[in-house]
Amino acid sequence: MDESTYKELKKGGFMRQVQEGKFSLRLRVVGGQMKADQIRKVSEISAQYGHGYIHMTSRQGVEIPFIDIKDINAVKEELAAAGLQPGACGPRVRTVTACQGNTICGSGLIETSELAKELDAKYFAKDLPHKFKIGITGCKNNCLKAEENDLGIKGGLLPEWSKASCSYCGVCEAVCPEKAITINKSDHILKFDASKCSYCGKCVKSCPVDSWSGINGYIISFGGTFGNNLIFGEQLIPLITDKEKVFRVVDAAIEFFKEHGKAGERFRITINRVGKEKLRARLEEALQ
Amino acid sequence: MSEIKAEAYVDITDVVCPVTFVKAKVALEEIENGQILEIRLNDGEPIQNIPRSLKNEKHKVSHVEKNQDGTYNVTVIKGGLLEV
Repeated sequence: MDESTYKELKKGGFMRQVQEGKFSLRLRVVGGQMKADQIRKVSEISAQYGHGYIHMTSRQGVEIPFIDIKDINAVKEELAAAGLQPGACGPRVRTVTACQGNTICGSGLIETSELAKELDAKYFAKDLPHKFKIGITGCKNNCLKAEENDLGIKGGLLPEWSKASCSYCGVCEAVCPEKAITINKSDHILKFDASKCSYCGKCVKSCPVDSWSGINGYIISFGGTFGNNLIFGEQLIPLITDKEKVFRVVDAAIEFFKEHGKAGERFRITINRVGKEKLRARLEEALQ
Repeated sequence: MSEIKAEAYVDITDVVCPVTFVKAKVALEEIENGQILEIRLNDGEPIQNIPRSLKNEKHKVSHVEKNQDGTYNVTVIKGGLLEV
């Protein structure tokens, strides 16, 4: 088999193993969720065509190792019948990862699973200069490690205090991990230093009289990479409260990479070479 | 410092999450709606998360006091956020 055939198989989720003629099949898993019947099918395939086990990847994916080259088409058909598809490898948009977000988790500030599906539907396997990872995490706790991704999305909450109902109980001052709130209980004075706020939402979630309210939003980071180089993604624009604008920003970032990225160069390298300010300007333009 | 008279008191500084909230809940079980529980808890994760859990379960925090030793005393009205 020549290298181009291997490349084509890799594009379709089949990764060459060190064992001659064997491939590890990566599945398309979105936001770390699979349906019960799909799990059953994966179990059957691994038993029939593989070695009876699966590997769970570091990015919420599932791989079935030890698929023989002669079985590749049969396996593809079986997967398709269960609504499963191979995942993406190589220089393109990869699995969109996500925590369970506010649908399940008490800390969650945004919905993540549907957002992952929507982003996956739009960008999955789109060819780019290098691999491109998107990860979504529901809140500041960052279970999904947003900044490790080329593009990370994190839930945040922009808080607002209203004097009228405040009981000056002091709970917000106590729960704020950034010490952005100071209260003088006897004089009924509350000071909020917005520049210290990390949008975690703890003030809103613990306020007993709903004096704190807020708008949930998305904090987006760009250019994270956690392989050979360890670099955190950087937030280049303020928190976005409108979901439609998130798509515009993701579009702009991906187009920027497609336009300026050299083959084999990660998004971070492109950003550093072309200039962070140039990307920021492009993102701001997308927000207009 | 606090002038509010609590019917019950629980110290949860000797346990870690998630037992902290369990211990607070058990203490709340012992009193009636409208009565007050005083909880002593640690800085960090407990103070950041316990008030939110209390609110989720419709108990109303009425007062928070930071102690000299870095712990907090939170007074909470059982069922204080239930609709009447």
